[in-house]
Amino acid sequence: MMTQSLITVTRGGATAQITLALLAVAALVLAGLPWLSGIGGSGRAVALLVYILLAVMWNALAGFAGLVSIGQTLFFGVAAYITIRLADAGVDPYVAILLAIAAGALLGWITSLFMLSLSGGEFAIGMWVLSSLAHLCVNLDPLIQGETGTSLIALNAYALETRSAWTLWLALAVTVAVLAALVVLLRSRTGAAITAIRDDEIGSRSIGVDVIRTKRIVFVLAATGTAAAGALWLASNTTFQPRAYFGVQWTAYMLFMVLVGGLGRIEGALIGALLFFVIETLFGAFGAWYLVGLGAVAVGFALFLPNGIWGWIGPRLPGEAIPTGYLITEINKTSREEN
Amino acid sequence: MTQTDTLVLQSSGLSMAFGDFKVLEDIDLRVTQGEIVGVLGPNGAGKTTLMNLLTGAYAPTAGRVQLMGKDVTRLATAARCRQGLGRTHQVPRPFTGMTVFENVLVSVRHGRATAVPDPVAVAWDVLHDTGLAASANRQASTLGLLDRKRLELSRALATDPQVLLLDEIGGGLTEAEGDKLVALIGNIHASGVTIIWIEHIMRMLLNSCSRLICMAGGQIIADGAPGEVIDAPAVQSAYFGAAA
Repeated sequence: MMTQSLITVTRGGATAQITLALLAVAALVLAGLPWLSGIGGSGRAVALLVYILLAVMWNALAGFAGLVSIGQTLFFGVAAYITIRLADAGVDPYVAILLAIAAGALLGWITSLFMLSLSGGEFAIGMWVLSSLAHLCVNLDPLIQGETGTSLIALNAYALETRSAWTLWLALAVTVAVLAALVVLLRSRTGAAITAIRDDEIGSRSIGVDVIRTKRIVFVLAATGTAAAGALWLASNTTFQPRAYFGVQWTAYMLFMVLVGGLGRIEGALIGALLFFVIETLFGAFGAWYLVGLGAVAVGFALFLPNGIWGWIGPRLPGEAIPTGYLITEINKTSREEN
Repeated sequence: MTQTDTLVLQSSGLSMAFGDFKVLEDIDLRVTQGEIVGVLGPNGAGKTTLMNLLTGAYAPTAGRVQLMGKDVTRLATAARCRQGLGRTHQVPRPFTGMTVFENVLVSVRHGRATAVPDPVAVAWDVLHDTGLAASANRQASTLGLLDRKRLELSRALATDPQVLLLDEIGGGLTEAEGDKLVALIGNIHASGVTIIWIEHIMRMLLNSCSRLICMAGGQIIADGAPGEVIDAPAVQSAYFGAAA
């Protein structure tokens, strides 16, 4: 029954190359914004990158590892707080941001040691409790003055043009690095396990996948990326009021972006973040009505396009846009008996 | 493969209770290398619970499980798999977002004790042996029931098991499909894999197994050559009803 036939494996074709080219052009345009559109444009671009980070990381966590967290604000808020604290201690604000991202990774690893033994609703609520706890602790810090908050005043050492450009470039570099890390991870041996857990956790255990170890890798990556988003949001907005970082609205935004874009695909998270950014830019000024509209859009998607935008586009493309799979081509096909 | 006296899978005093309800009591099971053992019994006999204790899905309330002479009672399912204990699920559990090939590749890369130099080639060989090679690039979600069962088998085989546990793999198939599956399982057994096969469909077991075990009420009520087990009075009354 063993027929000798040679096979070749392809990972990514024309669709992937076009996608990569589009992403590269987008990154170049964003990098050039300080010259193209000045301070205002750079600020909006950082917002877009923060949304992308949040969506991609929440999607990695919920869409791939099956860990639905409503408390990722833990990492978002704590990273911003650590940046404030380090800058107050005399660390350069940009160095402080990088250190806060590293602290986010460490916090993610520590949290994973006890949170990953929970599952489903317990995990979701547990993360929210941790986030609320961190929020309360931060409020107790005299430097923060409760909900009055404080600012990243150390940034004033840089001219406005300089720091808005630097913040944008740092945000761009971090986002590209996090996206690249995620794609490399998903294409690796561990990535196949992550995808398997997404599809069937019990089935994964039965073929030898170490589910907890695999989830921990995703959890720590998500913590790191979300922490980066928090520190960058602070660098862009300079003010730190605890409620604006630990608030539940961020969880709602993450859910919106991922569900509308398409759960379980990186492309979906990217499109969801872009759509959210556009809606916010156009309608953000309408206050409460903006939130009502956002909710209506989410309900509309849940009813009519439950797999999100990418769930509709993805299967209609000739190949994977961000290739994580394997395509087998059989060469020198010998006659084979099918039973 | 010829049968030897090497014990590959063994349970002693294996018991399981959910609260006060005893599902399994004192199961002593000894399976030697090269056997193909059928396990039958009426609904509620404890077959699936036995399966779950052997694979590590549940921890037993008492007793031990040994795989290749090593105590694995405290090992998780994934670790037992890497030590040579493969299984299939009653309801196939394909990774629906992946292709058939990718499904098997994950198994090759995660289910073995030692890494293979060329996992792609190994996965391809497995698909050849199970008759799924032509469907390698298909999304697993598009497979019919027989092919889903073949995929379950392929994934289990890709972990290079010493012992393979089949959980009602014949259910829901037509007779012709069932025959194809029986032939495939025969090939797997011939390649040297010891098989324990839980099944409702008596005909499949009678044609394939070197030994039958009948369970009822959480206990083993008969164990031996297929003909003898089927004719045992205890089996007749438990499995076919007293009137049979």
